[in-house]
Amino acid sequence: MTTTSPSRPGTETLSTVADDLDATTRYDVLPERGAAEATVGAALDEEWAEEPGLKGFITTVNHKRIGRRYLVTAGIFFMFAGINALIMRTQLAHPNQSLISPEEYDQLFTLHGTVMIFFFATPMNSGFGNFFLPLMIGTRDMAYPRLNALSYWIFLFAGIFMLSSEALQWAPDAGWFAYVPLSNEYSPALNLDFYALGLLFLAVSSTIGAMNLVVTALKMRAPGMSLNRVPLFVWGIVTQSLMLVFALPPLDLANLMLFLDRRLHMRFFDTAKGGDAVLWQHLFWLFGHPDVYIIVLPAMGIISTIIPTFSRRSIIGYPYVVLATVATGIISFGVWVHHMFAVGLSNVSLTFFSAATLTISVPAGIQMLAWIGTMWRGRVVLNPAMLYAMSFIITFVVGGVTGVMFAVVPFDQQVTDSYFVVAHFHYVLFGGAVLPMLGGLFYWWPKMTGRMTSHAGGVISCVLIFIGMNLTFFPMHIQGLLGMPRRIYTYPSGYGWGTYNLIETIGAYLLALGFLWTLFVFVQSLLSGPPAPDDPWGANTLEWATGSPPKPYNFPVIPTVHSLNPLWDGKTLQSMVDHRHDPQRTMTEHHQALRTSELDGRIERVMSMPGETSQPLLVAAFLTMTVCFLLAGIPIAAAVAFGIMGLVIGWWMWNRPEIDEPAP
Amino acid sequence: MQRCGRSMSGLLAALVTTVLLAGCDDRSPSTLAPSGPKSDFTTMAWWILFSVAAFVCILIISATVLAAVVRRRTTRIKTGEGRRFVLVLGVILPSLVFAGTFALGIFGLASDAEPPHRPAMTIDVVGHQWWWEVHYQGTDAVTANEVHVPVGTPIELRLVTDDVIHSFWVPQVMPKMDLLPRRVNKTWVTVDHAGSYRGECAEYCGVQHAHMDFRLVAQPRSQFESWLQQEEQTAATPTTAAERRGEQFFTAASCATCHTIRGTSAHGDVGPDLTHVGSRKMLAAGTIPNDTGHMSGWIANSQAVKPGNEMPPQPISPSDLHDVVAYLQSLK
Repeated sequence: MTTTSPSRPGTETLSTVADDLDATTRYDVLPERGAAEATVGAALDEEWAEEPGLKGFITTVNHKRIGRRYLVTAGIFFMFAGINALIMRTQLAHPNQSLISPEEYDQLFTLHGTVMIFFFATPMNSGFGNFFLPLMIGTRDMAYPRLNALSYWIFLFAGIFMLSSEALQWAPDAGWFAYVPLSNEYSPALNLDFYALGLLFLAVSSTIGAMNLVVTALKMRAPGMSLNRVPLFVWGIVTQSLMLVFALPPLDLANLMLFLDRRLHMRFFDTAKGGDAVLWQHLFWLFGHPDVYIIVLPAMGIISTIIPTFSRRSIIGYPYVVLATVATGIISFGVWVHHMFAVGLSNVSLTFFSAATLTISVPAGIQMLAWIGTMWRGRVVLNPAMLYAMSFIITFVVGGVTGVMFAVVPFDQQVTDSYFVVAHFHYVLFGGAVLPMLGGLFYWWPKMTGRMTSHAGGVISCVLIFIGMNLTFFPMHIQGLLGMPRRIYTYPSGYGWGTYNLIETIGAYLLALGFLWTLFVFVQSLLSGPPAPDDPWGANTLEWATGSPPKPYNFPVIPTVHSLNPLWDGKTLQSMVDHRHDPQRTMTEHHQALRTSELDGRIERVMSMPGETSQPLLVAAFLTMTVCFLLAGIPIAAAVAFGIMGLVIGWWMWNRPEIDEPAP
Repeated sequence: MQRCGRSMSGLLAALVTTVLLAGCDDRSPSTLAPSGPKSDFTTMAWWILFSVAAFVCILIISATVLAAVVRRRTTRIKTGEGRRFVLVLGVILPSLVFAGTFALGIFGLASDAEPPHRPAMTIDVVGHQWWWEVHYQGTDAVTANEVHVPVGTPIELRLVTDDVIHSFWVPQVMPKMDLLPRRVNKTWVTVDHAGSYRGECAEYCGVQHAHMDFRLVAQPRSQFESWLQQEEQTAATPTTAAERRGEQFFTAASCATCHTIRGTSAHGDVGPDLTHVGSRKMLAAGTIPNDTGHMSGWIANSQAVKPGNEMPPQPISPSDLHDVVAYLQSLK
């Protein structure tokens, strides 16, 4: 690829935006970045160089490497949970089959849900957030790079801990929602201890990861990026992270109480002894419903990133989309009881939560209209990422309208815990999260890997997965209306359920084929894809002003952001050239990043950033030992491991080898 | 099933009907073939919600696809425009639709809250892993996995569980209500047409959640009264020699530690009351039909039929098994 004529939108004429996006000539290296790199690149390369080999692998705190690891690890967990689903669908292909035992089926559907929700969807968002949030806001790393490494290691170990339960045949088997008393005195084996401990363990990772993302987004934005210029993906991640910080405590509390009930025979959930079985449900869904949006909001942020780029215009109604995102985050804490409409709560309570459930649909509608409006007011360029974004809109609206139906309490009571619900939330979570994530992968792949993917391969991937997804999940609506309950390992013939089950199983295999094909497309790109230019799509956000893949320091010169679409405004990129001799923007002397104010993005000071360290891995390792000893019922060993972990944290706090004092 | 297709119009609805009909079966517990005021409401609610939902989906999907097909040649960047579009179509219109939806839900809640007149009787349902115990208040009648009601009149249900949480669901007659430990959930049910309706446990309750069905049998008043009278009776006296041997075996062997047969010395309270087990249509909460062969198989080794259930395999000689089954089948 050559750098002959400028085809990047907006440098000269603001009016015509990259109508020539499809043109083949594009900069390999943006001229502004080239100029900046020529001035300070060599000095930064030296300052930000990383240890090679295994040592570098273990000690890295680079947000891009950690982000990639999050994506790969979550992807592997996705495959694991997907295979679980495939086994279940095989068992359900025909009535009265017994390919697997009921115990195995129960473990499969419990792990499928638990792993998909906790170990795939949320960490996958963290992966995108880790890699792209610092790039999109124009900084050099996360606010707390070592905590970032810690949250990854804990996520990895918690995932291995949870998955190992299946190998040991002690996988949780009380559903991902683990209702007491079934999960309590009626499940005496280790299965539910894996569940309670595994989720508590993971929550440590999710909580510190979320705080890190919030602080990064609030304190490290490039100068000039006031809140009204923050990319929508960043809004999605920030809202999600704040939600995690508030939604996890009820879940942690519930799991702690469950563990104490199970091991120390406390009576939190034992109605006979003055506890309350319904308390678990309240605590669980007080986390569980916000969690739907914790998964979906960043995914919607990905959509809000892809659509403007491939509609060749700025998103319409930006302030409304931001308000809708934040409002969703807040209202989502007030709808949990709609998971409990059949529990027998008072009608006053049902009425309130019915209204709240309808209210939360409004912000979703706003975003939907903003995307469609953007497409109509722009010029749509079709591309695998854009196809995935459109598939998302189509499936998400189906999941959305059935979601509204659940606000009608008697109708909810009729279809809840039937396959209708299974259909609904797969449209919301598969359509609303997996499709955007796939779109995000195709969109950002060149930036992450420096390689382009095959256009045709991407289109085939989208078509296969879209058809497979609808074939798998659409018939479940009908099956539920025909009275088939959820979570049954087999079903009788003669109720008209068999045909739909068979179609779904075929759909599931098609879906699996689609994922295999997608994997093939990505591997093929890594092996022989053409090198990616800095900005292959003519996009509008800052991550495309870095190299493909970005250098360890991301930006040679921290730019001044002039608009919501920095790469299209003609000034932001130029600021990288203008400031290339400004030490505050280049920070070539030390391992540093720029701290700015929360609202307006005004420069506050230059901050020193920590370098590579093995402390996070050590802390995570001792925490893992603590959890394993708790599972095995050896409290003294657990206390010792926990104590050592405390000592390592002390060392971490006390001894900060890589930190230099900030430049005066 | 004819009822599946009623109250629909339009091409899309017709399409959906075809799909639904393909899956309809006379025995299908379809929520769209209601036989009681509660399910009548949810069926009506479904068709209203479905029509609006289908309209919204068609609108959004065609707008999305058309936006990609109808491509403009050039465009301009302006950040401010389009807000009114988002505000009107994204806020005001949906809010109106949601207000209507809310009203529909309130209407349903209100009509489900109280029965139209005082319930004729109260039935207690106790959930167990994995079967249903049914008591008829004011009588001695106790049945398992069959709920008999008189047709066309409201009946009060009092639901509670003996172990884990279950959920009582008869798709054609009434939406779900959970069975909680030590907290009685009261609700009511009216069945409009005589017949037998499939009921299911709808809350995951452990290994055999898949086999926790029951029958809701709606009978004309007089039939119901005589059925209830029969159920109140103590067990029939065995008439044949085999039945007598069976009774002796039952009361002497471990059977009696778990099961009750009223009128005998068997007073166990772990498993279902078997006083009139011969009159039931299914065994093991809808798992197998109630006939000599299936019952013998069940008693010999129920774990092969419904793995994980509470009844251990019985070390029983073929002749004893024959006698016990003959006795139990005689308990009409």
